[in-house]
Amino acid sequence: MKFAIVVFPGSNCDHDAYYATKHVLGADAEFVWHKELGLQGADVVILPGGFSYGDYLRTGSIARFSPVMASVLAFAEAGGPVLGICNGFQILLETGLLPGGMLYNRSVKFQCEQVYVRVEELETPFTCTATPGQVLRIPIAHGEGNYFAPPDELDLLEANRQVVFRYCDVEGAVVDAANPNGSARGIAGLCNKQRNVVALMPHPERACESAMGSADGLVVFESAIAQLKSDGMVLPG
Amino acid sequence: MATIDSKTLDHHGLSREEYQKILEILGREPSPTEIGIFSVMWSEHCSYKSSRIHLRTLPTTGARVVQGPGENAGAVDVGDGLVAVFKIESHNHPSFIEPYQGAATGVGGIIRDIFTMGARPIALLNSLRFGSLNDAKTRGILEGVVAGIGGYGNSIGIPTVGGEILFEDTYKGNPLVNVFCLGLAQAGKLVMGEASGAGNPVYYVGAKTGRDGIHGATMASAEFDEQSSEKRPAVQVGDPFMEKLLLEACLELMQTNALVGIQDMGAAGLTCSTSEMGSRGGVGIDIDVTRVPQRESGMTPYEIMLSESQERMLMVVHRGREAEVERIFKKWDLHAVSIGVVTDDGQLRVREGDSVVAEIPNGKLADEAPFYNRPTEIPGYLEQVRHLDLEALPVLPAAESALLKLLGSLAVTSKHWVYRQYDHMVRTNTIAPAGMGAGVVRLKGTDRALAISVDGNGRHCYLDPHLGAMLAVAEAARNVACAGALPIGATNCLNFGNPERPEIMWQFARAVEGIGEACRALELPITGGNVSFYNETDGQAIYPTPVLGVVGVIENASSVLNRVFPSSQSAILLLGGGSGVLGGSEYLKTVCGQVAGSLAPLSLDSERRLQQLLVELAAAGLIQSAHDCSDGGLAVALAECCFDSGGAGADLMMPDDASGGRTDVAEASILFGEAPSRVLVSIAESDFGIVRKKVEIAGVPIAAQGQTGGDRITISLAGRKVLDLSVADAEAAWRQGMERFFVNRAA
Repeated sequence: MKFAIVVFPGSNCDHDAYYATKHVLGADAEFVWHKELGLQGADVVILPGGFSYGDYLRTGSIARFSPVMASVLAFAEAGGPVLGICNGFQILLETGLLPGGMLYNRSVKFQCEQVYVRVEELETPFTCTATPGQVLRIPIAHGEGNYFAPPDELDLLEANRQVVFRYCDVEGAVVDAANPNGSARGIAGLCNKQRNVVALMPHPERACESAMGSADGLVVFESAIAQLKSDGMVLPG
Repeated sequence: MATIDSKTLDHHGLSREEYQKILEILGREPSPTEIGIFSVMWSEHCSYKSSRIHLRTLPTTGARVVQGPGENAGAVDVGDGLVAVFKIESHNHPSFIEPYQGAATGVGGIIRDIFTMGARPIALLNSLRFGSLNDAKTRGILEGVVAGIGGYGNSIGIPTVGGEILFEDTYKGNPLVNVFCLGLAQAGKLVMGEASGAGNPVYYVGAKTGRDGIHGATMASAEFDEQSSEKRPAVQVGDPFMEKLLLEACLELMQTNALVGIQDMGAAGLTCSTSEMGSRGGVGIDIDVTRVPQRESGMTPYEIMLSESQERMLMVVHRGREAEVERIFKKWDLHAVSIGVVTDDGQLRVREGDSVVAEIPNGKLADEAPFYNRPTEIPGYLEQVRHLDLEALPVLPAAESALLKLLGSLAVTSKHWVYRQYDHMVRTNTIAPAGMGAGVVRLKGTDRALAISVDGNGRHCYLDPHLGAMLAVAEAARNVACAGALPIGATNCLNFGNPERPEIMWQFARAVEGIGEACRALELPITGGNVSFYNETDGQAIYPTPVLGVVGVIENASSVLNRVFPSSQSAILLLGGGSGVLGGSEYLKTVCGQVAGSLAPLSLDSERRLQQLLVELAAAGLIQSAHDCSDGGLAVALAECCFDSGGAGADLMMPDDASGGRTDVAEASILFGEAPSRVLVSIAESDFGIVRKKVEIAGVPIAAQGQTGGDRITISLAGRKVLDLSVADAEAAWRQGMERFFVNRAA
């Protein structure tokens, strides 16, 4: 099975996602340049973190028009697993594959630090080997990670069990003090209604080795590998 | 041609004598474009005319040195076929005028200096100085500078892994922004900034040229006064996205061998890059400015040659390989335009279409820049300021209250407010947690890691420039050794006042001597660096502030150390024998409000032995943490070891009691006095015996012993407790020292 890591002009964490999947997990991984028109037979697509197009206009707003995105959208529509990390999350919001938008962190500053997130939903390709309510120590590094959606849309997300990760404290309590950026309802990550497109602001690829401070991020990639190994099971819609 | 009058010369920062030299070199009067070229190339910033004579005394060679001073950055061999390319540079004057862009473009500039050599940048550090945060303008400058450093570094995806920030009134009108960058290259694959091969095309790549930053080099070569805000147009504007594209494209190009040489366009833009590349190769360069991509209309050749628009590189390409080069840059959507050619007539020739607007012998421009041995004179303030009567100090506060005050002082307090704004983890190489000591990055594909520290103390150098500079070298190297790394190379950034004043020149000369002496003793070659003069406003100079960046190598990354006591069952040793002195100390300034006295002496031999011992013990896995005593002395260092440990405390026992003079002064000297070559290490109880033995063999004295545990920080002298403070209170004071200046902001 193969991970495809899309590289936009300005992507930075593409190398980190590649290192985690290929060197730490021993999976097959490949870079896909944003001008490519296909995904080269990828089984999982990762939209990595960084500052695609310098965050000009709005974060992710220009990347969403890159030639490769046509293939990514088709792949997602067909039920293929897509993981958006940080800037990747922002790009997916711009495509409309995920609802809502990102505001500036309430501190109005870029923040790089370890946070805790709780896994809320196991029925996604990227959390299926986690345990219910599992607390992961993963770093964030963003200036615009304050997730926003109107209240009725948030209610719908909750009703459809689309909130996959929430910021929490070390014990797993979702409290405001544990919310680093002011995200609505402590939302750190979401999935689409089809449950194959998952995105989160924290960087699991930075938490795959204890030398990096935490290996809690492994579960995200291990889930994808496990999911695909079990005979190409398609998740219920 | 316009006549050159004295007003023009002053505007260009050229003296009468320098003008005479121009006439001799050209054999005629210079054109306006030529005057502009000479003015920037012969500015202090570009020519180092006041400093070269002193800098040449520094040690620049060593077994590991692959590239010494003279190129865009220095380089040392780190093993496994890898070379570390690094340098530190200043962007002081622009950061006062326009803090965000001044700092951002400082970061951009040093990054280009690294990747132009063929090295992928993997770490950034910075050394900053500001005035007091009680001043609103200073808070604004700090916010702008930190946002600018973060804005550029985060966007381009290079982690900021360490640094230092100090606050002294002396820097109020002259903040210092020194930025360090380190990159990795394959041995034997470094790319030089040298032009060669008559007929080879000269390429311009990157952003379009505008009018920003013209005379940035000359601005950095003069002091500020009331009209300084008018200098705003001279500050360049940075675009980290553009530089990310440029970086990737250049590194991709360097995989081929189509490139002869490459240099970034930094200070003095096109002028500096063309003349330096030409003179290094002993060749001429002939360019046509009408071919330069421009983003503003009606630019004159003068403006095009002097523009400091960011994110541009100059390349010399092997004739016949142009298509390859252009294809790579097109992939990254960048301009790559042939603007000229290498010649063998040794002239820097600038055309505007058909007419030649400048023609200067290249070698004479770069290599025959003015060279001054400026007069030096011992400053008048020195004798008085060294006088310190400890017995005449007012009654000193209790040790606990003094420690809390120091922990909350800007010198010592946690800088979390700052480094939280820097991405220190991108590229997943950072193995040292932020804020715990030297920055450490692993080298993927090997077992090794590199540790880096930037250090300097202007106040020490104000009191004693020679010793203060030596202490800065020792401190930076010691911080690297405390991470378990062997120091192998250094770069320096020398921040001083007006060199035309003999007292400033005296400070400079003494400091350079001190750096040289310390580097020789510690076997640390200087591979390059930067000098920033004219850091003064209305005749008031900053403290002389040499900043050292030291790089060290850890053979096995898993043996990396930081400052935190790891467990509540460890033994503690204070290695190193010097006694703390209050002269020039943070305690004396923060608690007694005085900057005076003499610094504790430094034995370079003892320092070297201590550092070697630390590296050896770390490599053998025999110590769990290491932290040196610096600002605030022993008590502060001990407290810092307890922070981020989950609340575990420590007890330290010194064998002898305080003696001589007033008890409160004697105790304060022991607890808070400063002296070099002292490190606190923690050791597993089971390793204690073997560590003691190794320390003895190394000839390093043990000044005190102790153990971790409990939830209090205590220090006893001959069994008498003189400090007793809860870790919780100490840590709380330490965490809020900077935060409290920014409480009115949103969470």
